[in-house]
Amino acid sequence: MSVLVDQNSRVIVQGFTGREGSFHASQMIEYGTKVVGGVTPGKGGTQHLEQPVFNTVADAVKATSADVSIIFVPPPFAADAILEAADAGLPLVVCITEGIPAVDMMRVWNVIRGGRTRLIGPNCPGIISPGKCKLGIMPGRIHKQGHVGVVSRSGTLTYEAVGQLTHLGIGQSTCIGIGGDPIIGTSFLDSIQFFNADPDTHAIVMIGEIGGNAEEIAAAYIKDHVKKPVVGFIAGQTAPPGRRMGHAGAIISGGQGTAKDKYAAMAAAGITTVQSPADIGATLAKRLKS
Amino acid sequence: MKIHEYQAKAILARYCVPTPRGEVAFTKEEARAVADRLHSPVVVVKAQIHAGGRGKGGGVKLARSVDQAADLAGHILGMKLVTHQTGPEGRIVKRLLIEEGLDIKRELYLSVLLDRAAALPVFMASAAGGMEIEEVAKNTPEAILREHVNPAVGLQAYQARKLAFGLGLAAESVTLAVPFFQALYRASIETDATLLEINPCVVTGDGRLVALDAKMTFDDNALYRHKEIRELRDLDEEDPLEIAASKYGLNYIKLDGTVGCMVNGAGLAMATMDIIKLSGGAPANFLDVGGGASAEQIKNAFKILISDSSVRAVFINIFGGILRCDVLATGVVEAARELSLKLPVVVRMEGTNVEQGKDIIQRSGLGFAVAEGMKDGAEKVVKNAGGAR
Repeated sequence: MSVLVDQNSRVIVQGFTGREGSFHASQMIEYGTKVVGGVTPGKGGTQHLEQPVFNTVADAVKATSADVSIIFVPPPFAADAILEAADAGLPLVVCITEGIPAVDMMRVWNVIRGGRTRLIGPNCPGIISPGKCKLGIMPGRIHKQGHVGVVSRSGTLTYEAVGQLTHLGIGQSTCIGIGGDPIIGTSFLDSIQFFNADPDTHAIVMIGEIGGNAEEIAAAYIKDHVKKPVVGFIAGQTAPPGRRMGHAGAIISGGQGTAKDKYAAMAAAGITTVQSPADIGATLAKRLKS
Repeated sequence: MKIHEYQAKAILARYCVPTPRGEVAFTKEEARAVADRLHSPVVVVKAQIHAGGRGKGGGVKLARSVDQAADLAGHILGMKLVTHQTGPEGRIVKRLLIEEGLDIKRELYLSVLLDRAAALPVFMASAAGGMEIEEVAKNTPEAILREHVNPAVGLQAYQARKLAFGLGLAAESVTLAVPFFQALYRASIETDATLLEINPCVVTGDGRLVALDAKMTFDDNALYRHKEIRELRDLDEEDPLEIAASKYGLNYIKLDGTVGCMVNGAGLAMATMDIIKLSGGAPANFLDVGGGASAEQIKNAFKILISDSSVRAVFINIFGGILRCDVLATGVVEAARELSLKLPVVVRMEGTNVEQGKDIIQRSGLGFAVAEGMKDGAEKVVKNAGGAR
């Protein structure tokens, strides 16, 4: 088992024929993901990467029975792309695009929240259930099929943690990159709930960042509901307040969102906290043995 | 992106938000001319820098004559203004806002910002104007009124009334507050502001509401659709290295330490800073070269790091993933040769063809150290930078 995506997921790519969309779609196909088509307005009726191209998401869904969309369109058009995917009734939409204005995301989120579409991202590496489905820009080969759920706000830091796990022979059920923006579709809490409910996920790695309070909310849930071992790391212990550390969401403002607060919340929830990013894999290995 | 108070007030004026009469001045003479035009018994001379706490730092003064306004302007222009937000190095004042003084009866706090957890804009108001809102939030959180706004319809009149009556405003001032608050909300959303703060908003002796101060910061991701706001950027207020980095499209923030960092991805870049600290060193910067880490970006990043005289060693931490390490290593070596790099460099990389990449680094003759993992890399670079501080 795995969460959200598996070998049966049927994927369409929005921004299919663009440079990013093309490159990553071909990587996903190579990994074994069932990419069944794509959308580029104006190129409907053509073929790309041996798959049909459609003008609208609605057309693509009707013709291919897709149940997942992945979005690679540029920031000014990404909000529209998310809404189009939701309107077409897709249950899962992954938005990779980085740099969407916060006001756009706020409007999008207030349309789709509570609806039938789950959004992952934006500004995220995507989601992968190793050996089954790679839906994103992460390097497939560093992953290994197994039983650890990984959830993280960042891209390469997730690869670092996954790389450590795989190196130690510890596989992953699903890895979810939830994204580094202030407003994202799937939170730490959502991801933890999925992992907790998945019988094939035996342990959880949670990689947070400074800014906001999503880690604290997830920690409170873990305290009351999660019996599986959880290992947690927070990036940005040395970050100065008031500066945006790359990710739009990674900013300590008004004394809120510090690494110290987040570590305290995690420790209080029984999460095994890791101070050094180099120790994430080894710490989980130790937790699994004990 | 941040802008100056006078620029924020100009934007607000377009939304019919009342602000004191005033103009910007770059010289003592201009300040005198503005003060003269104001015909006001009291003139306020306000230093324009991108930091709060200007009053306490001596950057805001009252003048009772045109001559006195000019003298104060001459004194404040060029001074190094140190506030709790500038750090000990302070900022040189190059612009002033010369404004009419007002008869102030009450000071309020108003702001519009994004509530991340609710994913909604929130309008905040407090009767404790003129104070640090962080302090108010900590000591008397109940003194801050909040109205979440549905972005589809904007701030409604009843919400503005709730806030205004909650602030204890008299009925006639409430009538003025409703369009005032609604205009602030529109100004914030339509300009893609991440923060719009009026602290204080004053109630004058004759019951008017006026934005005495104004602070606006904007969403960098939305600047592409606001040409007029992009033009307000003041490069004097930014670190020269950060300006150079932004030209290259690099995410760079200058810090106090001695270990220059070059990392792909924001999360990994923060984690790299953390592990340098854990290894007894101090990071000189946050630098994200982007997920792809192209040869061109590596070179640009080197240029930035060698321009920072406090950097004594460089740590390159690239988790390649899809990127090939041999290509990366070639880029690093070429950039280092082209720039005649003298600093010790420690390279840690992961990705496809990692062994070939390491081989290229080791055979380059540049004397770069190759690290096995983040911890090893951090320890090596801290040693190179002169050990623990």
